[in-house]
This record gives sequence, structure tokens and C-alpha cells, in this order.
Amino acid sequence: MALSATQVEEQGNPLVAGLERLPVPPTTLTIFGATGDLARRKLLPAIYNLAHEGSLPERFNLVGVSRRDQSDDDFRAFAREAITEFSRRPPDDTVLDGLLGRLSYIGFPFDDESGYTKLGEKLATLDAEHGMPLNKAYYLSVAPEFFPVITKALKTARLHHEPDAEVRVIIEKPFGTDLESALDLQKVVESVFREEQVYRIDHYLGKETVQNLLALRFSNLMFEPLWNRSYIDHVQITAAEDIGIGSRAGYYDQSGALRDLVQNHMMQLVTLLCMEPPASFEADTIRNEKVKVLQAIKPPTADECRTTTVRAQYTGGLVAGDEVPGYLEEDGVPGDSSTETYAALRLEVNNWRWAGVPIVLRTGKRLARKVTEISVMLKPVPTMAFQSEGSVGAQPNQIVMTIQPNEGVSISLGAKIPGTRMRIRPVNMEFTYGTSFMSQSPEAYERLIMDAMRGDATLFTRNDEAIGQWRIIDPVLKAWHEQDAEPLETYEAGSAGPEAADRLLGEGRHWRGL
Amino acid sequence: MPADLVEDVWRERDTSPARIEAALRGILSERHAESEGFVAARTLNLVAIVDAEFRGEIENRLQKVGRYLPSRTILCAVRKGQQTIDAWCSMAAEEPASSNGDRAIARERIELIIGPEHLKSLATIVDPLVVTDLATVVWAPHGHADGVDALRRLAQVVLIDSLDESEVSLALCRADELAGDLYIVDLAWLRSTPWRERVAAAFDPPAFRPSLKEISGVTVRHRPDSGASAMLFVGWLASRLGWRPERLTSRGDEWRGTVRARRGEVRLRLEPADDMKAPGLGGVTVETASGSSVSLDRSPGGLKEVRRERDGNEQSWTVLGASRGEPGILGEGVRQALLRDPTYKPALAAARVMVGR
Repeated sequence: MALSATQVEEQGNPLVAGLERLPVPPTTLTIFGATGDLARRKLLPAIYNLAHEGSLPERFNLVGVSRRDQSDDDFRAFAREAITEFSRRPPDDTVLDGLLGRLSYIGFPFDDESGYTKLGEKLATLDAEHGMPLNKAYYLSVAPEFFPVITKALKTARLHHEPDAEVRVIIEKPFGTDLESALDLQKVVESVFREEQVYRIDHYLGKETVQNLLALRFSNLMFEPLWNRSYIDHVQITAAEDIGIGSRAGYYDQSGALRDLVQNHMMQLVTLLCMEPPASFEADTIRNEKVKVLQAIKPPTADECRTTTVRAQYTGGLVAGDEVPGYLEEDGVPGDSSTETYAALRLEVNNWRWAGVPIVLRTGKRLARKVTEISVMLKPVPTMAFQSEGSVGAQPNQIVMTIQPNEGVSISLGAKIPGTRMRIRPVNMEFTYGTSFMSQSPEAYERLIMDAMRGDATLFTRNDEAIGQWRIIDPVLKAWHEQDAEPLETYEAGSAGPEAADRLLGEGRHWRGL
Repeated sequence: MPADLVEDVWRERDTSPARIEAALRGILSERHAESEGFVAARTLNLVAIVDAEFRGEIENRLQKVGRYLPSRTILCAVRKGQQTIDAWCSMAAEEPASSNGDRAIARERIELIIGPEHLKSLATIVDPLVVTDLATVVWAPHGHADGVDALRRLAQVVLIDSLDESEVSLALCRADELAGDLYIVDLAWLRSTPWRERVAAAFDPPAFRPSLKEISGVTVRHRPDSGASAMLFVGWLASRLGWRPERLTSRGDEWRGTVRARRGEVRLRLEPADDMKAPGLGGVTVETASGSSVSLDRSPGGLKEVRRERDGNEQSWTVLGASRGEPGILGEGVRQALLRDPTYKPALAAARVMVGR
């Protein structure tokens, strides 16, 4: 329906209705760590793809900052190479040249105050060129120890606030390495920025299939009546990788599986799976519901950690027929490392919907297969009239949401095996993105960078979420640290993980095959 | 054809829809028995009604839309004098299913050779061939209005290109008439999408939003055959900004006139640009009563935007973006069949008033 003149007066910008690509305010994006691996593999290609699709703001600049001393042209050459190698589509030369023309570079150590003065001058020059103050977004794609350093320095240089433009900071994971460091970092961040200026990245939230969890739960009536302790027996969340640590020994040996995947990505999956329906899809409304889930999870005590958590390390084995080394034999890993490459834990969400339903998480390197999925295991039917002799019989239904690969949803149902007898076996009803949608999903970083520039925080982690995640994970870290002297569980590379993880599920339950 | 294409083909002369459908089911069943990873895509049915002698050209166009290829394409090639239905169908996946769980996602193509007499009862031929519960899109790039009309109850979406009609007014009338029964995806409208997005963005910063109420003139530059895109673009502005559309006058491919906005008149000018290669729009200038203006024009790597302030101060930059090209426009048309744009019909209604129909 066409708008009346009065409606036009009342509305902000009536031209945006119906558009798929919403306007993004004019912005200068500054990437700290612009020559790092994340920038090379993800951020620069993501920005190129936004440019290719016409999704960048009409006035856009990118300033790269890192310690390396190099010219604008050197940085442009670096960016061209990164985009050509890692973009999800072959770059269009004219668009790429246009984008590279918007790039500039400043090299300085992150603790050098004079560098921030230079940055401020550069940003002011760009504002002057455009005849208006552009929004500023600072992307901290640096080692976590530099988060507070850069944050404080931005304040000292008075770059953290502008009267006529929005200033935002995008903070990469990890937000702290334990509860204490996360609280310390939060103190620094909140001493410089208001919470609405802060965008904590968890790139899982930028994945289409993770966002589809909300669509699946809240746009289909059939699931809601089942989504509670009366019908759900337990939930398994798996993030398995078939690869080892590659060249990341330095990072991984400090981090381990629990910090690397459970504290952030897997806890996000837990909250999206367990949250109550939000009253709207506003950023804070959704995040309020997610925080309530975290608040309802009781952190385990040190004693409970012995029965509700499992950590393990892979030993040598065969993966896809090839011999691979154990974790302790990997390049760069100390021979006496007690870092876990596998972590599993059982949580319970203590509210009316979920009380008593085990939510079991497992993640690991060098497992049999790469798969990330959430499996909701329903309870068995109360009585079984059908015979099971000669078949596996009716099994409890499973709702499996696969994040990767083969993104989609599958529901297992009992069906009659063709023949003269009434025998039942489970069959799968499947939806996969590849068969049902034509569109190629954008990379998570494309969506997240654009949302941050638009000021939409829905897919970012709020401070109380980050702290809530650490509140649950921190006792496990501490308990495991105290157990460092004890022998570590092991599992063979290429296997489904340590047998000790089976006990987390409880009697009569089994892990889904990888 | 991709190197890894896995394709099964079946063909038969003087056949029936039931036999074609059974053949496709048979191929899927055989393939699935060989590998559970072989599955048929299920996004939408596209029924294309084409002249038999130009079907190769249409197949080429569809081939180039890339990932936006429909999951089942039913090409109805109309040949003069054809009395029977001859058919050819295939199921093809670009990659085979792999042992590590990767799926082979197959798309189906059915080609029917039919006679003009078949068109009036086309629904009875096509109905058994469409995948039930998927959206069905009908596209008739060579006319065949009788075929489209025959599928009005079967299809939910019609893909049209208002640039195909000889006159803008006829094109908009036909679109309006089809819109009564079907959701319209108009390629002429999609060619204006980047322009609509960029004009919306140009006025989006809070400092510039008040200027929307002061617009006093809009000039649209378009390829001479793309008047429908230009007219839909100004129809969109009129419907979104609450202007009262009035009939414009035409001289050749140029249209001029005024419409009423709340604060005064808005001069509209749709100018053909003879030097344009690609169909669609070539430039847009929006002027305000206070003397400022925003101009967007095609340029390498995107659109060149020039903003002139009331004091005469001028700034220009390029809004980055790659051209989708005509294959991209068709692919976007297929993709849009699964979406709903609430702004097209109001734009069409305003555009119809402006062409006096």
C-alpha cells in the first residue's frame, strides 16, 4: 500500500521499506591487527564481498593498523592478495580497485600513544574529505592481551566518543581467558565505552544455521509443545573436528578445547536452544532471554566436575587411513602438556522448562569426523504395541539440527518396514539448506561486520552473556587445573573420543555416532 | 557443462505427463539406491513457455543464472504443427555424493515439445509434472500469453520483463492484469533495485532525511527500450513518498510531467540515453527545492554519486558494487520468486497513472 503524505512525515525513511539491503551509515572502519591471520583470511575478504554486493556504506574507508611498518601501498598489495586468495567469489577487478583505493595504513605498536594521535589525525582527514563526521568502528582483531591496551589508548586519544557520529568497538574472541580476566577486561571496556558501543564477536552467531535455530523454534508450532522436560529426554551438542591443531600449537596449548569452543560457541548454542520465546526480535530482548538461560545453569563444584566433565588428549592413530601423530608429538606442543584436546560436560538448566534434562556437550580435535550439531533426544513412547523382534524396533524420536556440514534439520520417525509383519525401524525426514535454498550463505563475518556498522547488536555477545558463560566454565577450568597432576584420559586420533565421556550421558543413553 | 556433472536422461516421443513423471521418479529411485547422498533439490518449479526454435537461447540464459537455477525446470517448447507431446527429461548433480557424507544435489529438467493447440490446456499437461507444495513460477519470454493465462490457477508467481512489451503503457497494463491472480516478479523492476537502494541510502543519514519532503525534481536516464524500468522507479518514489501521481506526456521514448507532493509539485523527466549498452537505468538525479541535489550514474566498479549542496559545493565518490549483468538479473528474478516485495504493486499502480492507463 502506498504511503500517505502524513505517514511520510511521521516515518524516518520511507524509502527503505521492502529493500533487502538496508542502508549502512557512512563509516570509517579501523582494523587493529590488519595484517594478522584473521584479517587476511576472513575480514578483508568479507569486506570485499560486502563491496561486491553493494552493501558497504556509500562513504566508506578502511584504516589498517598493526605493528608492522609499511606503506599504504604495501597494505593494499597485502589486501589484494588476501582477497584474491580467500574471497568466496572471484574478485571483480574494478570493484577491488575501488575498494583498495579506500584503504590506508598506519603502523605502530599498540601501546604507543603517539600512534593513536596519528590515527586520530587520519580519521579527521577522512572526515574532512567527506565533509561530515563519519561513524567510526574499531575492530580489535589482536591477541587478547592487547584488548585493554587498545581500549584505554582510544580513550586517552579521545577517539572513543564523538558528539556527531557513532563510535563502536568490535572485540574478537576470546573475551578473557577465565572469569577473573573477563571481569577485568569488562571493567576496562566499560570505563571507556557504553555497552551499546561494544560488539563482542562470536562468529558462530553470524552463521545462517545458528540463526536458523531461532527460526526453527519460533516459527513452527509443532516443536514448542515438545520443547520441555516432559518430552525431551536429553540434549547432545557436538562440535567435532577431524583435524589436529595444525600450526596453532602456541595458541591451542594455552587455550585448550574448553576455552576454544565450549565457553563461547557451544554456550551460545545452549542458550539459543533453551531460551524462552522473546517478545520481539530486538537485540536486547533476545539477549535478555539468553542471559536467563545462563543464570539458570548452576556452575559445577570441583567435586561435581569429576562426574560431570571429561577432558582428554588425542594419541596417535589413523585418520582417513593416514597415520597422524598424537597431541604431545605435534610441532610446538610441550612434551608434558596437560592441555585438553577433548572436552565434554553435562549441564542442567534449572528452570521449569528444562529441570532434570541433561544437556551434554562434547568437542574435540582429531575425532572421526567433522560435524557440529544439536541433537534433541525425545523420550520413548510410553508403551509399545509393535513387536521389535526381527528389527531394531521403534526408537525415541530425535530432532537433529546440523550446523555443519550438510546444514539442515533431520527428524527421526518410526516407520513400518515393508512386509507382512508389523516391524518398525527409524527413518529420517530431512531438510537440508543445499536442497531447499538456492542462495549461497554469506560468510559469518560479512553479516557481523555489516550489523556492527549498522548498530544492530542482535548477533553479538552482551557483557552479561560473556560473564555468564565464564561463570559456568571457570569452575571447570579450575577443577581441571587442580587435577593436572593426575593422568589425563586419552583417545585415539580418528576415534569418537574417550570412553569416559559415555558416563556423562547416564544409563541407557548413548552418544550419537559422529 | 561442469566436469563433474552426473546426469541421467530419459526421452520419449508421443508421451504423456504421467510417463514423464514416472521416469523422473525412477531415475531418482535408482540413483538414491546407489547412494543415499543423492537427493533432489526442492526449491521451486519453473515453467518456461518458449518458441521451439529459440529454446536453445532460453536454455543458455537459464544455464547462466548459476546457483539460482530452479530445482525443477519444465520447458514447454511450442512448435507449429506439433500434435503430440514429445519429451526429454534429466536429473543432474554437479558433484557426485561422496563417502564423507557430502550430498549430491540434483536438479531436474523436463523439455516438452508441444503444439500451439496444447497451450490452452497447458495446465493439464504441466500439473502432473510440478512438484507439489513447491512454488511454481511461469515465464514466457516469447509472448504466449495464452499459455500463461492457462497456468494462472496452477502457478503462484509469474516472471515477466516489462521491457519485452513494445510500449511502456501496455507492459504496465499487462503486469497489473496478471497481478490480480499471481505474484509478479518483473525483471524491469529488478533492474532498478540498485538505484532504489542507493537513493534510499543517499537520504538515510538523519541530516538528509528532511530533504525527502523537499524533492522538487527527479530525472531518470534509461536505455531507450527501458522506459518501464524508469517508470516503475518514479512510481516507487511516488508511492513511498506520498506523491499524487498524474499523467505524464511522452515524446518518443521520453516522458515529462509533474506530480503533486504535499509541499508542491515535483517535476519528473524520464530521458532515453542512446549510448547505454545494458538495459535498465543509466542515471538518476534527485533535486530539492532548496537547491541541493543527488546524482547517481553508472561508472566502473559501481555508481558514481555526486552530491551538490545548496551553496553549490559539490562532492563525488563511487558507491562500490559489481554489476549483476543480465544473467544475474534473471537469477535474481528466480530468487525473488520465493520472496515477497511489498513495494512493487504500489509502484506499479502509481506508474500506471503516470502513463495514463
